[in-house]
Amino acid sequence: MTLLKVENLCVDFPTPDGLVAAVHDTSFEISPGETLAIVGESGSGKTVTNLALMGLIPLRTANVTGSAKFESHDGPVDLLAMNRNDLRKYRGRDMAMIFQDPMSSLHPFYTIGDQIIEAHQIHNKVDIKVSRDRAIELLEMVGIQGAATRIKSFPHQFSGGMRQRVMIAMALVNNPALLIADEPTTALDVTVQAQIMKLLSDLQKELKMAMILITHDMGVVAGAADRVNVMYAGRIVESANVRDLYANPLMPYTQGLLASVPRMDRPHTERLSAIPGQPPSMIALPTGCSFNPRCGRKSEVGASKCESQMPDLTTRGNQHFARCFIGEGA
Amino acid sequence: MFAYISRRLAVSLLILLTVSFAVYVIFAFLPFDPAALTCGKNCNDPGIIEANRRRLGYDLPFFTQYFLFLKGLFFGRTFGEGAALINCPAPSLGYSFQQHACVTNLIGEALPVTFSLAIGAIVMWLALGIGLGILAARFRGRIVDQLSTIFVLIGTSLPTFLTGLLLMVFVVIRWHLIPFPSGNYTPFIENPFEWAQILFLPWLTLAFAYAALYTRFVRSSVIDTSNEDYIRTARAKGLSESVILGKHTLRAALAPIATMAGLDFAGLLGGAILTESVFNLPGLGRLAISAVVKYDLPIIVATTLLAAFIVVIMNLIVDILYAYIDPRVRVA
Repeated sequence: MTLLKVENLCVDFPTPDGLVAAVHDTSFEISPGETLAIVGESGSGKTVTNLALMGLIPLRTANVTGSAKFESHDGPVDLLAMNRNDLRKYRGRDMAMIFQDPMSSLHPFYTIGDQIIEAHQIHNKVDIKVSRDRAIELLEMVGIQGAATRIKSFPHQFSGGMRQRVMIAMALVNNPALLIADEPTTALDVTVQAQIMKLLSDLQKELKMAMILITHDMGVVAGAADRVNVMYAGRIVESANVRDLYANPLMPYTQGLLASVPRMDRPHTERLSAIPGQPPSMIALPTGCSFNPRCGRKSEVGASKCESQMPDLTTRGNQHFARCFIGEGA
Repeated sequence: MFAYISRRLAVSLLILLTVSFAVYVIFAFLPFDPAALTCGKNCNDPGIIEANRRRLGYDLPFFTQYFLFLKGLFFGRTFGEGAALINCPAPSLGYSFQQHACVTNLIGEALPVTFSLAIGAIVMWLALGIGLGILAARFRGRIVDQLSTIFVLIGTSLPTFLTGLLLMVFVVIRWHLIPFPSGNYTPFIENPFEWAQILFLPWLTLAFAYAALYTRFVRSSVIDTSNEDYIRTARAKGLSESVILGKHTLRAALAPIATMAGLDFAGLLGGAILTESVFNLPGLGRLAISAVVKYDLPIIVATTLLAAFIVVIMNLIVDILYAYIDPRVRVA
């Protein structure tokens, strides 16, 4: 069974300088309970993909096309085909989202209790006391001490890590089937990052929910994900189960990403490897493969091919897909 | 909170004391003889001038004068003696020899007029400015927004004396939309209808200028707040756009308006000089202006002090109020 099946998702932003194809013809799916990591550099389209699914891209600023079949509490729906007002029924209930910066994602004027209760009330016709108890339950679940009194605290009275826990509690208050976590640990200290990731995966197992984890931290991916989509310049360039991806990265970009992760088992005198060049401008994408100007392995298939043709995302067996001419059809 | 308020009150008192001293110094060392001014333009009789000097205490050393002034604020003050005794009970702000009245009484007559003017104007401009600002932000770039820009441009460019006269000429004289203000200011308790009728145009005049500023401010504040991460969070919860705007965006966007409105209101209470002059309202602004023209020093000192007092008090009120609006500035 598939919880969410995204097909041919395109998100274009018209700008004075031309059309920016932030997400181009992207398809993927996620099963209940599964964790899908979406990785890529800044501007690769990972966040926009998910904002589009949640219907959080301001309407008049972008063209969103494609389909997203989702198993909601009242049957299958297409998230991209319905209007924004209908989408509200599912937002925060069947699918919830936590954001990158917990410092600014909570309303500074309302207590965290009010904010969590509000999230519960909007989707449940229950007494406010029920919502309050639910809020306390969730805050305890995410590890906030003295939840019954802390519920009256304001966001500024919490540390960053604690605020992210509050955000998680708020996202989970309606038992969503899908949680989208957009770089949930980027703004946090390293030690807190590990705690939050552990909390997320524990809760995920306990509540049996699927998670889309957006990150650029390959270490986080290895620890938490089942499947990985690597995005580059608005396209998925490689998709595989996490073990396959780490054991056998096929696309040179993925190889570069993995090589750039610092490793404890390498001599500390060794320089960290980096992918040469810059991510391309989304307004003037290079012809052919978007990655070709930075690719060190073009010669293996002939540079002219990479510079003139966009490779397709093709299967390499064992649910492993890559968008690269290297090894294609082998 | 109590400690905070008491601390602020103490500081406010200190500020007022400083202001009063500064004002007193300025007017004490102006190159005018206050006693000579009490006796009219063509008065050259040194006897009368010296007598008045003694009666008003201008013959005393500067610090004694200042001390008597402060003492008068709390305990009242008498001028002269015998049959010519003048008693100005506390809080006495001095005696205007030109108007032959205690300054406190003069202010007591003028303040309600100015207050009536300010309160009606602020209600109007808040309603207009906030309403139009929200609309302009909500429909950014569309016709409502463009119209509001025109309104802002006109409102901020036209001086109040011109707006007032234009309103008078067109609304009252040409178009007969409201009857000609039938004469003098009428207190609210005497006849609320007449009170409102006379003040309607002055309200409109003041509100027009301020509403333009507020429209611009509210518009940008609402737009800025709409781009905050926590508004995206509210949307992700599944809240409707009207709840997001009404509960989440406006709460944060309008908080700074409280500060702005408080201080603008205080400024107006100090006397809306132009508007009061155009519409012939016997308020503080006009009292101050006529005193300045006639070098009526006790009134000038008193109106200046009163304006400072109002600003300091409003500042305190706004700060206390703000702590209730924004929990981040609350002090333990």
